[in-house]
Amino acid sequence: MLLPSPRGTLGAALVSALRGDGPVPATGAHDDEDDLQLSLWVLYELHYRGFDDVPGTWEWDPELLRLRAALEAGFEAAIRERCAGLVTEAEEQAGEQDDVVTALRLIAEADVPALSSYLHRTATAEQYREFLMARSVYHLKESDPHSWAVPRLTGAPKAALAELQYDELGGGRPDRVHQQLFADALTEAGLDPAYGSYVDLTPAPVLAVNNAMSLFGLHRRLVGACVGHLAAFEMTSSLPCRRYAQGAERLELGPAVVRYFDEHVEADAVHEHLAARDICARLVDQQPALRADVLLGAAACVLLEADAARATLDAWEQGLSALRAPEQERVA
Amino acid sequence: MRECRIEVVPGGPALVRGADVVADPDGAAHPVTRPVVAVCLCGLSQRQPWCDATHKVAEGS
Repeated sequence: MLLPSPRGTLGAALVSALRGDGPVPATGAHDDEDDLQLSLWVLYELHYRGFDDVPGTWEWDPELLRLRAALEAGFEAAIRERCAGLVTEAEEQAGEQDDVVTALRLIAEADVPALSSYLHRTATAEQYREFLMARSVYHLKESDPHSWAVPRLTGAPKAALAELQYDELGGGRPDRVHQQLFADALTEAGLDPAYGSYVDLTPAPVLAVNNAMSLFGLHRRLVGACVGHLAAFEMTSSLPCRRYAQGAERLELGPAVVRYFDEHVEADAVHEHLAARDICARLVDQQPALRADVLLGAAACVLLEADAARATLDAWEQGLSALRAPEQERVA
Repeated sequence: MRECRIEVVPGGPALVRGADVVADPDGAAHPVTRPVVAVCLCGLSQRQPWCDATHKVAEGS
């Protein structure tokens, strides 16, 4: 993957610096949410598979880390503010039942906008492809952000996370790695399965979903939020995936698309229990102080995903594309 | 012989570890292909013997 197109003054300076054409931006000042989320996404990607046009040594460049920290401070504060209400509500409803699993379930059941019903019954094939393109930013590195939690855990939650990730990563079979199943689905839908190919088209709210996972994954102090995010993701996956699969069948997008979502109906019906009971609850048993972060991560998963879904549905309902226009069209 | 562990989730499926095959209600054998499987206990799953989270829909109605 090559560096994506910048979306503002911060991104432009950052991309130039990574190409060796200028200094690393001294502050996190940015134009708008697009500029912020794309810049953060670029900084995080250096810790995953990176960019073919950026030397690997940039990953631990102190000035880049300083810039990332400046952006993360604002992003984390915004997430905490966005999530406070839902977390409080779940805590109050859970009431006497002090267990974290009940609170996680209440957060996962929040009534928020979702794409699954629309994709199931209403979406056109073009809209379904837009959904696959936007989702590819995550699903081509599916489960990787949560793997950062492994070395930060011990005992029961560590064993449970390893058990879950072993299934995500194909159970020893490369052709069954979920990332590969999604690449197969993209190919069959007539799309590009290459890692990162649709980043430039991906709107800021979808990048924010991805950036939140990296924020939680890359900071040891946020390990509770990392596994809480994983739990909410799994707890809100099985039933929607059935609708996604039926929508793909309705639109005749091909067996690999159906197979990807069909696999998740069954896999995530297992994973949700592993994540909530065996990872989150056991971690909170070990470290009760992490309970609030577990719920924060869960709420962030639900609400940031809902924000992205709302923006997508708004565009589709107005007959517009939910993706960003390619650079040349926007300039013209 | 290896151990087969079954853990019942309250209001949910049975999580089964260490099994090679699980039979559905009609007696047909289904091979286990993941480290942990969730076996339907409510009878509502559309992909027996595996849980497909349908119990949540039933709960909500």
